[in-house]
Amino acid sequence: MEDNKDKKKRENLLTQEKNIPKKERPRKAKYTEKEFRKLQKEIAKLPAPSFNNPEKAQPVQEVPKPILNDLKRNDLGYGGLEDKKQKLTDPEIIIDKPGAKLEKLHRPKKPKVLRKLFSFLKPNTIHLILCLIFSLINSVLELFIPILSGKAIDCIIGPNEVDFEKLKTIILYFSLVVVGFAFFRWLYVYMNNILSYKTDRLVRIGLFKKFNRVPLKYIDGSSHGDLQSRMINDVDEISNGFLEGMTTIFDAMVSIVLTIYVMFTIDVRISVVIIALTPLSVFVTAFIAFKSDKYFRRQAKTLGDASGMILEMLGNQRIVKSFNYEDRSIEKFEKINQNLANQSEKAMFYASLSNPFARFINGIIYAVVAIMGTLEALTGSITVGNISVLLNYANKYIRPFNEISDVFSDLQSAYASSRRVVNVLDIENEVSDENNEVLKRCTGEVEIKDVSFSYVPNKKLIEHLNVSVKKGQRIAIVGPTGCGKSTMINLLMRFYDVNSGAILVSNKEITKITRASLREKYGMVLQDTWLFNASIKDNIKYGKPNATDAEVIRAAKMAYAHDYIQTLEHGYDTIVSEGGDNLSQGQKQLICIARIMLTKPPMLILDEATSNIDTRTELLIQNAFNTMMEGRTSFVVAHRLSTIVKSDLILVMNKGNIIEQGTHQELLNKKGFYYNLYNSQFSKV
Amino acid sequence: MKNFKKYFKAYVKELILGPSFKLIETITELIIPVLIASMIDVGVAKNDTKYIMTYGAIVIALNFVGIAVAIICQKFAAKASVGIGSSIRSDLYKKINTFSHVELDKYSTATINNRLTHDITRIQQAISMFVRLVMRAPFLLIGSIIMAMTIDLKLSLIFLVVAPLILGVVSIILKATVPLYDKTQKNLDSVSNVTRENLQGARVIRSFNKQEYEEQRFENATKKLARSSIKVSAVSSLLNPVTSTIINFAIVAVLWFGGIQVNIGGLTQGQIIAFINYLTQISTALISLANIIVAFIKAINCGKRINEVFNTKVSIKSPEGAIGVITEHPMEEKENVNEKQTPEESEFEVEFDNVSFAYSNTAKNAISNLNLKVKRGETIGIIGGTGSGKSSVIYLLPRFYDATKGTVKIKGKDVKEYNLVALRNLFGIVPQKSVLFSGTLRENMQWRKPDATDEEIFKAIKISQSEEFVKELDGKLDFKVQAGGKNFSGGQRQRLTIARALVGNPEILIMDDSASALDFQTDANLRAAIKQNTNNMTVFIVSQRVNTIRNADQIIVLEKGNVVGHGTHKELMENCEVYKEIHDSQTK
Repeated sequence: MEDNKDKKKRENLLTQEKNIPKKERPRKAKYTEKEFRKLQKEIAKLPAPSFNNPEKAQPVQEVPKPILNDLKRNDLGYGGLEDKKQKLTDPEIIIDKPGAKLEKLHRPKKPKVLRKLFSFLKPNTIHLILCLIFSLINSVLELFIPILSGKAIDCIIGPNEVDFEKLKTIILYFSLVVVGFAFFRWLYVYMNNILSYKTDRLVRIGLFKKFNRVPLKYIDGSSHGDLQSRMINDVDEISNGFLEGMTTIFDAMVSIVLTIYVMFTIDVRISVVIIALTPLSVFVTAFIAFKSDKYFRRQAKTLGDASGMILEMLGNQRIVKSFNYEDRSIEKFEKINQNLANQSEKAMFYASLSNPFARFINGIIYAVVAIMGTLEALTGSITVGNISVLLNYANKYIRPFNEISDVFSDLQSAYASSRRVVNVLDIENEVSDENNEVLKRCTGEVEIKDVSFSYVPNKKLIEHLNVSVKKGQRIAIVGPTGCGKSTMINLLMRFYDVNSGAILVSNKEITKITRASLREKYGMVLQDTWLFNASIKDNIKYGKPNATDAEVIRAAKMAYAHDYIQTLEHGYDTIVSEGGDNLSQGQKQLICIARIMLTKPPMLILDEATSNIDTRTELLIQNAFNTMMEGRTSFVVAHRLSTIVKSDLILVMNKGNIIEQGTHQELLNKKGFYYNLYNSQFSKV
Repeated sequence: MKNFKKYFKAYVKELILGPSFKLIETITELIIPVLIASMIDVGVAKNDTKYIMTYGAIVIALNFVGIAVAIICQKFAAKASVGIGSSIRSDLYKKINTFSHVELDKYSTATINNRLTHDITRIQQAISMFVRLVMRAPFLLIGSIIMAMTIDLKLSLIFLVVAPLILGVVSIILKATVPLYDKTQKNLDSVSNVTRENLQGARVIRSFNKQEYEEQRFENATKKLARSSIKVSAVSSLLNPVTSTIINFAIVAVLWFGGIQVNIGGLTQGQIIAFINYLTQISTALISLANIIVAFIKAINCGKRINEVFNTKVSIKSPEGAIGVITEHPMEEKENVNEKQTPEESEFEVEFDNVSFAYSNTAKNAISNLNLKVKRGETIGIIGGTGSGKSSVIYLLPRFYDATKGTVKIKGKDVKEYNLVALRNLFGIVPQKSVLFSGTLRENMQWRKPDATDEEIFKAIKISQSEEFVKELDGKLDFKVQAGGKNFSGGQRQRLTIARALVGNPEILIMDDSASALDFQTDANLRAAIKQNTNNMTVFIVSQRVNTIRNADQIIVLEKGNVVGHGTHKELMENCEVYKEIHDSQTK
């Protein structure tokens, strides 16, 4: 995987640098569609108004979610340069080496990756076929342009030797071909785009559904930034690389074959010479690519180092200041920067050679054709018009070769991306529960019978746990931070399945009932609040979309959220901003509680979310919790003494194990771990 | 853009010579079509093999000249662009290191990182493009038109129509796509957001069984995206067909009017071919030109962003003739320090004299009218809820921020009178966020005192209660710490950051809520060890836990920036409601 990523980075850099020369390729009569599109994208990305209005354009304070924004900007692969760059500097990618985990889990074989991809093309087969047909028509028409202009030139021989009648007809044909070419060119590109956007959508929906159906361990075990980047960047890369790549190759092949055919019909000797010179071009291009590749790889590595250092130092600039570390930090940076300069100068130089050399070889072929053509014209075996056709083809003939070699690197990175996407798509779904019974009535009894569980096979966690909970009981789970309290929640909700033993709810084994019917019996409030980007009302209604406004308000009142919601400018219609920055942690938590108040589930799971909340709000939340717990079986991850002492059963966890259980008094009498914990944490030292 | 002048000045040679060499290449490119035209016109017409061979040889030779000068030009381009980029990067990094917390608050890390990497790369690319293309594209454009004019003035009118027409069409299409792209961008943002929400809320979504609802949301978002993308492409894919049609119709015009000219003997066949050649050349030159303009606009925007950093005024600086404090290890700036002005002993180590502080002019006061006098060797506890201004108090001591009202004094002198390096050397600071840096553990421990010996380091490690696990580390002090200190547990990391602050015996130790990851026993041991081993060290402890500060000599209770209690634990339990409330919430 490491290799692949490096490759990707390198290729990103490559495309980034190659971009500039690509666009100038001046000898070509036509520029490729791709270059055009890239250019447009670049222009589109310009903050157009800002050019005239610099003050407005320079927001001093940037949005606080840098990673997300980087991802966003990546979108659509908006023209290579910026975005690919972003990927490289994306802190998550450099520091976390994302995806490493997923890739370790499994690695599908090549044919499988391709088969999977083609399955996404199937619904759009018509578009694909149309696309290829248009491309074919377009290539044929394109070839006729120089032929016709050559014929036209042959009508213009010299004074009084101009055949106007013939010229008129040829010009008419020429015009028709030109218009037809333009039209089919447009259709072809348009169709190609439709095809890729539709495919993008299908792949993305496939991914999204996957996210919702895989066992939670995959979501927990991988970096979200990475999954998101697969969703956005990699899918983009696939359509950019594969679809455009395939059509470009098809296009190029067609025009190579047709060009060779037409050239041969005009003049065999000259055609042979042109074809003989092809390897020269290929060889030189390959040599330059090899050279620049080497330096780009080094540059990518140094850039990674530099970025890592920048993120580490600048991210902690306050600590740097505290320790007067500035000078030492600058010194370190200078070293990396110098190294980076050395590498990039070489990389840039070699990469920038590819165009002049392409021009050079083209120029040589051009000259050879001109010399041979004119010499043959002396013997009368070729017309001047045909020389111009050949000259034109000499230019055109090399272009598809260059295009194919360009596309090749795109294809490589598209393949790497496809694998990253297919990796996710290939994860097995949760065990199906279609045929399971639906749990209708729930009394709130929970029985944990001889349960063992561990996240990692050889690292034992919960072993032979037995807990019996009666209706309406309150279970407290206590222990030092990071002791694995959330594991209990994961098992109860069946986010994870037990390794052995069973959990019974109302005497039904939870693996025998549908997940949906099990989960709806629980109301869950987690430490990390989760609200989505919609109004407060919609967020409260999340578990019961058809609730009336009156119900919503009642639930909010019970959650002690009503008062503050009313003070907001738009009340219940206030939109929770992306990430919920417009509400405090405590306010968000109260909405989460209101959400549960509305659904009134028979059982509760509460992860007391008060660690970052001020004392006042904490009291409110505590009251809300208490109201909620009345008459309901509840599992509470507890920080507060009052909650614990009043519990019917206390589970004491440490390092993932439940080491003691009982009531407060029983546990105190035991004088074990809980006794110590209680004394150090809760009583006066 | 004044700031950038000096960088360009250093590479004047490359910036002038590069384009000049490029010019030579461009000239060869312009000459070649003329030569080929005369090969046809003169050579074929006169049946002159020698003429054709000579001209052919010249064309090939010109190609070699072209590639040679191109290589030189590219070399200059790479040298100038990378050189300029890297000096800007280096200076920018230096500038950022002079920033105080006030300026750092303005720029997020991602912003600064973007400017250091991405923006500078952009500028580098623009410079490289400048060297390689600035002469080429306009010269090809103008050159082609002039060459066409010399062949036939009337016929070259076609060029004068075509060039602006293409430029116009290109800019119209590009302009039309901009709002469409914006919309697409927004739609993509929402796809991205739904994904993020879905991943973050996986548990909640599953607990409410809302998977299908979420999928519906996502399908709608992607549908919008697909629609707007297809719309953009319908317009943007017009660009190539339209421009090529214009060029091709120009060719039609050349053929027809050229034909008329040829018929009356005003033009030759070869000249018509040359005309067509120049036509295709200007179309590519125009595209190049559009590219350069785009790159420049971008580079200018990047330059502005960089300039903004360069122009940021640093608000907290060492005053001139600052008071030096004799520090245990000399720093560069010590030369400027006037040691005679070493402050006379004051009764108080630290004084807050009616201090108020706000993070910006518009913000509410984070601290209001704080008064506090601390004797050397005292321990001060600061407690309060989140956002109560606890940390703000200690930020004022090493001048991370300056008080907006009142004065903060150390050893009887206003902190603003100290040299910054000397001032900060007085402190050992344990930040809220426990971060270690990549490198060896020793390097990390030498942050406060670069020449600290292993013995000194171990002493600090012992006090910070880290000895036990440090002894078990591979290579002990040579142990490789990963970025951020990720290869330590939260508690270990926190203890190591405490050790880091203790190396070299700071006079004042500041612990900013930095025992939160420690269990209570370790916390207690730590405080005891600090008391025993650090002679007369003044200690500030910021905490949310009553236990951590209950033994402090003075406790300040803050709420919304106001001091609502000040005294010992015992006193506060009797007369401070807020303190009692906090205490009770943690113990009952």
